[in-house]
Amino acid sequence: MGWAIALHGGAGAIPVDLPPERLEPREAALRRILQIGVSALNARCSPLDVVELVVRELENCPHFNAGKGSVLTTNGTVEMEACIMDGNSKRCGAVSGVSTVVNPISLARQVMEKTPHIYLAFDGAEAFAREQGLETIDESHFITTENIERLKQAKEANRVQQDYTPPFKPEDKKETPVPDGDSKLGTVGCVAVDSLGNLAAATSTGGLVNKMVGRIGDTPIIGAGTYANKFCAISATGIGEAIIRETVARDVAAVMEYKGLGLKEAADYIVHQVSPKGTTGLVAVSSTGEVAMPFNTTGMFRACATEDGFTEVATWAI
Amino acid sequence: MAGWAIAVHGGAGVDPNLPADRQEEAKQLLTRCLNLGIDALRSSLSAIDVVELVVRELETDPLFNSGRGSALTENGTVEMEASIMDGSGRRCGAVSGLTTVKNPISLARLVMDKSPHSYLAFSGAEKFAKQMSPIHMNGLPISIYAPETVGCVVVDSEGRCAAATSTGGLLNKRMGRIGDSPLIGAGTYAGELCGVSCTGEGEAIIRGTLAREVGAVMEYKGLGLQEAVDFVIKERLDEGKAGLIAVSNTGEVAYGFNCVGMFRGCATENGFMEVGIWE
Repeated sequence: MGWAIALHGGAGAIPVDLPPERLEPREAALRRILQIGVSALNARCSPLDVVELVVRELENCPHFNAGKGSVLTTNGTVEMEACIMDGNSKRCGAVSGVSTVVNPISLARQVMEKTPHIYLAFDGAEAFAREQGLETIDESHFITTENIERLKQAKEANRVQQDYTPPFKPEDKKETPVPDGDSKLGTVGCVAVDSLGNLAAATSTGGLVNKMVGRIGDTPIIGAGTYANKFCAISATGIGEAIIRETVARDVAAVMEYKGLGLKEAADYIVHQVSPKGTTGLVAVSSTGEVAMPFNTTGMFRACATEDGFTEVATWAI
Repeated sequence: MAGWAIAVHGGAGVDPNLPADRQEEAKQLLTRCLNLGIDALRSSLSAIDVVELVVRELETDPLFNSGRGSALTENGTVEMEASIMDGSGRRCGAVSGLTTVKNPISLARLVMDKSPHSYLAFSGAEKFAKQMSPIHMNGLPISIYAPETVGCVVVDSEGRCAAATSTGGLLNKRMGRIGDSPLIGAGTYAGELCGVSCTGEGEAIIRGTLAREVGAVMEYKGLGLQEAVDFVIKERLDEGKAGLIAVSNTGEVAYGFNCVGMFRGCATENGFMEVGIWE
């Protein structure tokens, strides 16, 4: 078997009439970044290095909700989170509440490699970043005018917005139409397997538009938004609160292990039978080189490739 | 319909030289908390209300490391965390990085019930606490003997499961370190089939997604509660040391641990009651 890689730029109610000027830069970025991952796998980099590298690129790209381009909290600030996991050892690292570190996924990796802990957050995470000499920058670097606009609209509509979907707060009885402020962003993530079956997963995000300060989503929670073991590697995206309660990433692997399902079956089962509609998408690879990218939302920015030459870059269902 | 069941814990990994009087104190506290939960169950309180009530009691007593007994970070500050999950509907709430809130588990409950989110931390969580109601300052002596976590799992007479876990974390931990207690699927989980609360080496519990694992093997492998608990403790901890308590929707209670001891107590509606520390 050969290597396989899949990455995403977020799942949600991406409208099918998204204007080309909004769609093309994202698909182009996915294509470019997929190539970077592919080259690294061809150069026999470890999957752990590959997923970190790919997510760094996605974080640096302002078109996605991670790193630069992160959506804003209700205070207009950035609170980023990220998580990385190595399938063989099940070592993992996670960070939350990061606001000046250029690449949160690399900080998560440092937590994994350089501390006896798994998860550092807020001031502690920021202090650790400086101890490790990671690149930090003024918070304004991450903030884009589009996100300032998104926050303004969300406040006017008085709701917390997950990327693209209409509000989901239980009190809201009628649906407020999403203004075309183009909140077509999402979490980013990457999963990879090499020809020996070594697996890794990485996810990074700015969270929800207008989220409460201090809100943590599914991304840094092992087993929710990110997971890897010797069966598969998963990175999920969608409504964090739903992904947490469904322990999405862990459950895909559990269904493979305990029910003997293949990757596609397992991923489809969790996304289409278990997770509520409109909440979840994921990318997954297995130790035998399979790839799956199911989503129960309107769309998911995604790309994948396998060593035998197959590639796919897409936004809606094929 | 099967009856109710309840289990509590005050941490896994007990000092084998724990003085007899401290052991006795611990058992009395566990007994008192069990009885509190039993009274509540007899008054038909729901599982989610009972776990919160019992963990509040465990948080308030300084004996175990949680709430008033919280361990200090390397900077000498307190950082408490907690999570709660309601098996029917699988709603959940979690908090981390609390320094002034008297009962972290109640704040976790408020996150679940009164916020659009599932998990709030640090200054955002403290701010939410102030908005919700006057919740008071604490910050008192460390328990040097049992620097651990507390938890409670309950199945009520309607078969609804719930779980709650609360901690001050590791002694001398790095500022900002989050452990397993507030992480749904790791330290706490409740679904249709069971409610689980874990304690021990946080990193091992996270890596093993321990609490969810009990539910997953019941759901996907069809194991019964005790089998599931035994399987998870034996197979999912690798070199890590931890313990857990669990209840099932059919009124069973179980616990397991792979370390020297775990402060625990359990009771079922048919009159069974047990409090223990060692194997």
